[in-house]
Amino acid sequence: MTPLQIRRLKESAIEKFFMSNGLIAVIILLGIFSLLFIEGYPALKEIGFSKIFLSSKWNPTSPVQESYGILAMIVSTLMVTLGALAIAVPIGIACAAYIADVASPRMREIVKPVIEILAGIPSVVVGFLGIIVVGPALAKLFNTSNGLNAINGSILLAVMSLPTIISISEDAIVSVPQEFKNASLALGANRWQTLIKVTVPSAMSGIIASVMLGMGRAIGETMTVLMACGNAPAIPQSFLDPVRTMTATIAIELGETVQGGLHYRSLFVIAFVLFIMTFLVNLVSDTVLQKYQKVHSQ
Amino acid sequence: MKWNQIKINQQLGFFIIRLSAILIICTLLFILYDIFSKGSGSISWEFLTDKPRMGMTKGGIWPAIVGTFWVSLVTIIFAVPIGMFTATYLNEYAKQGRMIRIIRLAIRNLSGVPSIVYGLFGFALFTLMLNLGLSVISSGLTLGLLTLPWTITASEEALKTVPMSYREGALALGATKWQTIRSNVLPYAVPGMLTGTILGLARAAGETAPILFTGVAFFWPILPKFPTLLGQQFMALPYHLFIMSTQHHEIVKVRPLAYGTALVLIVLIISMNSLAIWIRYRFRKKYKRV
Repeated sequence: MTPLQIRRLKESAIEKFFMSNGLIAVIILLGIFSLLFIEGYPALKEIGFSKIFLSSKWNPTSPVQESYGILAMIVSTLMVTLGALAIAVPIGIACAAYIADVASPRMREIVKPVIEILAGIPSVVVGFLGIIVVGPALAKLFNTSNGLNAINGSILLAVMSLPTIISISEDAIVSVPQEFKNASLALGANRWQTLIKVTVPSAMSGIIASVMLGMGRAIGETMTVLMACGNAPAIPQSFLDPVRTMTATIAIELGETVQGGLHYRSLFVIAFVLFIMTFLVNLVSDTVLQKYQKVHSQ
Repeated sequence: MKWNQIKINQQLGFFIIRLSAILIICTLLFILYDIFSKGSGSISWEFLTDKPRMGMTKGGIWPAIVGTFWVSLVTIIFAVPIGMFTATYLNEYAKQGRMIRIIRLAIRNLSGVPSIVYGLFGFALFTLMLNLGLSVISSGLTLGLLTLPWTITASEEALKTVPMSYREGALALGATKWQTIRSNVLPYAVPGMLTGTILGLARAAGETAPILFTGVAFFWPILPKFPTLLGQQFMALPYHLFIMSTQHHEIVKVRPLAYGTALVLIVLIISMNSLAIWIRYRFRKKYKRV
């Protein structure tokens, strides 16, 4: 072999090495999907689809009649998540619009690190404050025995999903072309009218993507809801009821199960559903974001 | 009159969105104030260097600090090289096409997978299938998987900031692709990669759900020597806080200890974030001079 051939061989070997590393991410994703499916499928087959997804009775350790309905958990997860979004979306979009369009440079220098630090606060610390600060405050406000319920979880998850919503919405609002705003201002609209009638609507797809990502975070959050929501496994009637989400159920029960048993496998079914839910939410936000980037790069 | 109305609307609108920003600042200040004011009383030399005593109602959190350290080390060793190599492939080698689209899609979706699902996956894969048991290794690898999408994204951002002309210069002199990357790209991207890595690690150090089933222990004060400890269970700061605030039999009595643990955890994470931001700042300044 000539030196040149050796060099070419070496180069292509190095490229292959880097490529194989790139494939690891794909392998992990497929690995998670298939492992959850393999571990969960036997339970799905044995218990039956309707007894899992259409029943809200979850009692896998009952000595008389075990039941594996996960409907109550799905409803609880969605309820806490939607509550969180109801709080976080208006505040998040307003804050993003403020940073992107109104704030003075000095104010921006303050708000941006604040959001970064907020994003870094561990979920277990947020949950801790949920128990000690938010819970008692809610109990006093609504006159209930304790404040560990769905609304507590929603408030905490709102705090946790705000950084995601704000930073991505802000990117979207900042990247609205200046011409759009100039055109609006030239027609006699003032800055506020321009902001809410031109700038924010133009950034809408980015904002929607940010909300979806925030939603994904809220659905998958574990420790916060485990600590602050009261963990009652029933379909909640109101936001003041204690709830137990899908994530919390896995966290509470996996340690007590027998490996390979029906209870163990049913937890993998929950994880699989969770995986699919967040996958879809991310996919939607991704599609919206891609489309929006295409529009703006034209 | 109408004109006045429009002006008032603008004032009101700006006021409301400014208020939302102030609300967020206040939320953070409140969180920090609450934890600092109530946690600082428990901080003492003994608290930081002693193990928990008397059924965890006395003593300190040293084993939890050490446990968090070792798990984070395994996380870095696993996630950082793979993250850097993947980013190098995506930014330097890969051509636009289906392959790169699939890899990117996988990375984005991995970053959205809930941490508890990583925990379950790590439990089934590392603890059971690969027979690593409940150990520092299993937990570190699980956290490594969780951190991977962040290290990849951060490393890629860092590679993107290296100007094209650096590569062109080397290539024009006859260097091969790999020589170019090694001498003219990676050295300039490493500080940026480091920033992203530390940020990712700070998030991993605060995670609880992924280590829940893969090795973290309620109480594990024994600290064996280096290689043996990797195969054993451990205590970790976030899990210790969880235990102290929900599972302990004397919850009110140990509350100051829980606050102290929260304070140590928050200080650890904020200082890691600040370190990362400082490196990024230095790096940018250096760049401007080039």
